[in-house]
Formats: sequence, structure tokens, C-alpha cells
Amino acid sequence: MIKKYKMQDVDCADCAAKMERSIRKIDGVNDATISFMTQKLTIDVEDDKLDSVLAEAQRRVSKVDAEAKILI
Amino acid sequence: MGSLNNKQKRWLARIITAGALYAAVIIFQNTGPADSEKYPWLSFALYMIPYLIVGYDVLKKAFVNISHGQVFDENFLMMIATFGALGVREYSEAVAVMLFYQVGELFQNYAVERSRKSITDLMNIVPQYANLEVGGKIIKVDPDGVDTGSTIVIMPGERVPLDGIVIEGTSMLDTAALTGESVPRKVSDGSDIISGCVNGSGTLRVRTTSTFEDSTVSRILELVEDASSRKAKTENFITHFARYYTPIVTLGAVVLALVPPLLFGGEWSNWIQRACIFLIVSCPCAIVISVPLGFFGGIGAASKAGILVKGSNYLETASELKTVVFDKTGTLTKGEFEVNEIRPAAGVTEEELLEKTAFAERYSNHPIAQSIKRAYGKDFDEHAVNGTEEEAGRGIITHLDGSEILVGNKLLMENHGVAFEKNGSAGTVVYTSQDGRFLGSVVISDAIKESSIGAVNGLRQNGITKTVMLTGDRKEAADDAASKIGIDEVYSELLPADKVGVVEKLLDREQSGGGRLAFVGDGINDAPVLMRSDVGIAMGSMGSDAAIEAADVVIMDDDLGKLPVLMRIARKTMRIVRQNIVFALAVKLSILALGAFGLANMWEAVFGDVGVAVICILNSMRMLGSGSRK
Repeated sequence: MIKKYKMQDVDCADCAAKMERSIRKIDGVNDATISFMTQKLTIDVEDDKLDSVLAEAQRRVSKVDAEAKILI
Repeated sequence: MGSLNNKQKRWLARIITAGALYAAVIIFQNTGPADSEKYPWLSFALYMIPYLIVGYDVLKKAFVNISHGQVFDENFLMMIATFGALGVREYSEAVAVMLFYQVGELFQNYAVERSRKSITDLMNIVPQYANLEVGGKIIKVDPDGVDTGSTIVIMPGERVPLDGIVIEGTSMLDTAALTGESVPRKVSDGSDIISGCVNGSGTLRVRTTSTFEDSTVSRILELVEDASSRKAKTENFITHFARYYTPIVTLGAVVLALVPPLLFGGEWSNWIQRACIFLIVSCPCAIVISVPLGFFGGIGAASKAGILVKGSNYLETASELKTVVFDKTGTLTKGEFEVNEIRPAAGVTEEELLEKTAFAERYSNHPIAQSIKRAYGKDFDEHAVNGTEEEAGRGIITHLDGSEILVGNKLLMENHGVAFEKNGSAGTVVYTSQDGRFLGSVVISDAIKESSIGAVNGLRQNGITKTVMLTGDRKEAADDAASKIGIDEVYSELLPADKVGVVEKLLDREQSGGGRLAFVGDGINDAPVLMRSDVGIAMGSMGSDAAIEAADVVIMDDDLGKLPVLMRIARKTMRIVRQNIVFALAVKLSILALGAFGLANMWEAVFGDVGVAVICILNSMRMLGSGSRK
């Protein structure tokens, strides 16, 4: 299932790339891209794991940049 | 810089305050009593004021990120670099580095924000409400809640909220936001209208044919927004590069700071300073920001011109195109039949021939009959046409003012023993006779689009070396059209299923030569070919789901002139992206080299970081301005 979320305060392009790499490694995520320009996360996730993946994704995003958020 | 947001304004204020204090401290140091030689701690304290004002957030972020285990973060690098400078008592340099770093960051932030805004403005085609007709009354509702098949009213000047069919009223529609086409389109009863267009001066009643989610406007928005998620090879390369560049340069800095002083008795302050230069240049931001920004700008410029590019990768591939394959009918030609030649027999005028032919076809709805009637263009007065009968596969026989008229192909003529003159022109030939006397022939063929000749030329000027046409038409008709348009290679008499095979063969040939191939079609029957080619371009597909799905690039109207525009935008984007990469790498690597040998100072390093980023961003932003309408 492919889902799209808006993001907020992703301030640097390199950080977006780091978040993207980190989110891809979450169990249950088939693919993920973060567009720095449009501040958007596109995530391909296994159907039943969506909630836990999103929570983990937010944790990993905060780790790269404490101010950045995934708007759910 | 009139449009700074509040966050940016505060940021700017901090930079200005710190800059002023910094200048004051320098003046005080050089003229006043606080000689830094005598009072080193006073000097340090004074410089710390502007340093903290401008850099406190960098330090804070650096600490927060360290606690999260993120070390090669740019805040951290700036912190270490400036601490290093402070440590070797280069207070002034430390403040300057932080100050300029912040100027650069603010500028980046502003530039990115502006580019985002210019794209959203461009895409500011989302209708806010719909006037729904319920039981004779009109209520304003969110277009999201309107069911398919509802009746809505669109007032003059309003944006069309949903796709639909006009059931009452006439107006001119401004489609510029969707197609880049500045000439408004006339709509009246029965016309399809598309969401996102702006209504002219007439009021329209419309029956909706889509929900908001499936409407053209929603799909276009989604497409453009998603485009930056499909990353180009260059973008991926840069991300990979950045991943290794920063750690390697940082490691280099550590080696520079420790090895010479420990092993070779180098002077600590000197080598730490060189290490700081490494740290400052170690941030890959200039490239990491400017490359996607360039692609983003390219996609924006294209959509401004009515060309939707579904990903940065397609823009990149488009710049490498060498061959363009066209589907003929509906792409190079209008897909409508038109009278192209009127050849009267001796002693008959053109008018007379066309008139007799048109009268005979008067009641026929066949496309060929329609085109003859259009070419005749006059009203039919009350001549007595009666007793029309059809000879299947041959033509018709009719009686006009008492004489017998035959209109049809050569079989009809032969069958009735008419001595006719054979016409070998490309297209469909219609022969006419009156009471056994041959009047002449009329040739009907699919009309070539005016824009196709210019487009093929324009493509050639923009790097395309080969143009190919595919068609199901007979060889003569196909060759004739191709030579008129200036197409290099023709594949005719193809069945629809053959097209994929031909394109695959061409793809093999193209890719073995390192070039890329685009297929241009109307998107109706050619979805497999669109998907198979390197870049599938669908034309005139405003509102066609299948085309938008299958194609990589969607041209909203049917103007082939958009193809050279796409090539220009793609090539310009790639030029800018390459310039940025080469420039940023060249500057950074030379500063690294000079820094290692002690030939660069911190100021140059700051230029290598912030200056380069600013220049690259400005370069990328040129793309945003280049969305020419034509």
C-alpha cells in the first residue's frame, strides 16, 4: 500500500536523504522517498504494519532533525 | 526580499545584530584599549557575544543531534570548525565563519521557499467551491462532496470545480493554467469541460462526470507533486556521493589535525586551522540542494507550458533523446478527414464538381461525406434530391433535379460503365458522374496538423537526429504525409499490435548507440507503446485517464510545438544541474587541496561552503523563470 504524507520543517536536503535511508530500513517498509522540495513522504508499506511503521518513521525523522515532523 | 516569513525575519534580524556587534568589536579591538595581546580573555568574551547571538541555534541543534547519534550533521561540523578556530585563538574568524554560514543558510531557506511557492502558485488551480443545484436552488459546497451526475452552475469568472458536460449556456474557457494555451476555448451545450479552467463571461450549467478526487485538476496536482519523488540518476548519484563525501572529508580533517603535530612536530594551531577548513567545506549542501532544485524548476517550467513531466528521471532521459517516434493519426495529423484535392474532368468547374458531390452526400453521416460537405461549405437550397440508394462498399446513387448522380469509388464507376479518369493520389478518392458523364474526382485525406512541420524542425534543432512515423495507412498515403512533414523514416500498413514490435526494434537500435527514444501518441490505443519506450509522451490528453496513466510526459493540448519546448527545458535543466555539480566540486576540491597545504584561509573555506551553495541555488532558480508560455 502506497501512502503519502506531508512533512514539516525538513530544513536541509541532506537530512531529507538521511531520513529517507533510515525509513527504508524499517521492517515492513518496501520503499520510501522523501522529496525535500515538496516536503512529502511517499511510503510503500505492508498493509497491516502501517501504524507501527509510521510511529517508527517519526522517531527516525526526529533523530535526524528534532524539529521535523510527519503530518499524519 | 519583500516576502520573508516571520521565522526568516527573526533570523535576518539576528544576523544583522550579530554583524553590527562583530564590526563594533573589530573596531574596538583595533583602536581601543582592549588590546587582545594584553587581555586575551576580554577579547574572547567580546567576540563570544556576536558568536552566540548568531550561532546559538546551530550549537543547540548540534548538541541535540549528537545525543541522537547523528554526528556528520552540518550543525555539528560548523560547531567543531568554529570551536577549532576559537581554540587556536582565531576569534574573529570563528565569528565570521558562523555569520556567513547563517547568511548562506537563510538564503538557502529563502530560495527553497520561493521555489516551492512559485510551483504551488503555478499549480494554484484547485477550485475552492462548487455551486450545486439542489431542487432549483443553488448552494455553495465543497467540490469534494459533489456526486457524479450532479448539476452545478459555473458563474462568469469562476473556476470549473469538476469535470463535466455543459447542459446549458455558452462561454469561453480559459485553459491556460492547464495547457499553457492562451487562446480561450469556446464551449456550449454538449461540450466537455475540464476542472481547473476558468470560465469566461457566460454562465454554464454543467452535469458533472467525475468526483473531485478523480477530476482532472486533482490528478494533475498529484502528478506534479509526485514528480519530485521519481528521482533522476543524477540526483541519486549526488545523494550517494554526499553519503561518502562528508565522512571522508571529516576523517581527513581529523588526520590533518592530529598526525602532523603528533608525528612530525607540526604546530598544533596551524594544523587545527587547516582541519577546520576541511570541516567547513565538508558539507555537501550546495550540490544536495541545487540538484533537486534544478529538476524541480525544470518540472515547474514545463508544467507552466502545459507539459506535465511525471518525474525528474523523465526530464533527464528527455535530454538524452535522439529518436522520436510518432503515431500518425491524431498525433501528426488531426485525425479528421479533409478534402485535399478537387480534380474536375475536362469542361467541368471545381465548384460544379464539389456541388454535385456534396448534394449527393447530403444526407450521409459518413466521415467522408461530412468532409465533402464541409469543403462545399454552402447551404443546400431546395434542390430536389430524392431516391438516394446505397451500393454497399461502392458509393451512392441519387437523383438531383431529374438527373442521376453517382458518387463513390472506382468500383461504382466501373459497375455503371462510366469512362472515368483514375486518380492515383494518396488518400481516399471519390469519383462523381452525372447521367453517365464523368465529372471528376475528389481526394479526401487526414489533414496534417499545422504545428507538426515546425515541431519536427524544432526537434532537429534540439538534438533529435531521427524522426520516425508509424501508421496503419497505405504506403503511398504514409510516405506522402511523411515527406510533407519532414519525417525521416516511415513504417506503414501496421496493425495496432505491430507498433510495439517496431518500437522495440527501434529501441534496441537506439540504445545500442547510447541514445534514447521517445514515442509520441494520442494515448488512446497506444498505452503499451507509451510504456515500452524510454519516454512515452501522450498528446492532447487533457481528461484521458489511460493516457495520463501510461505516459511519462503528458502534453495537455494537441500542439506539437510543445515537443521542442520540452526538449529545450530538459536540456537546460541538465545543463544547469551539471554546471552546479562541476562548479561545486571544483571549488570544494581545490579549497581542500589548498587547505591541506596551508594555502587557504577560513574565509575561502566559508566561500567554498556558503558562497558555492548560494551561486548554485541562484543558477538553479534560473529554471523557474524560464517557463515561457510558448
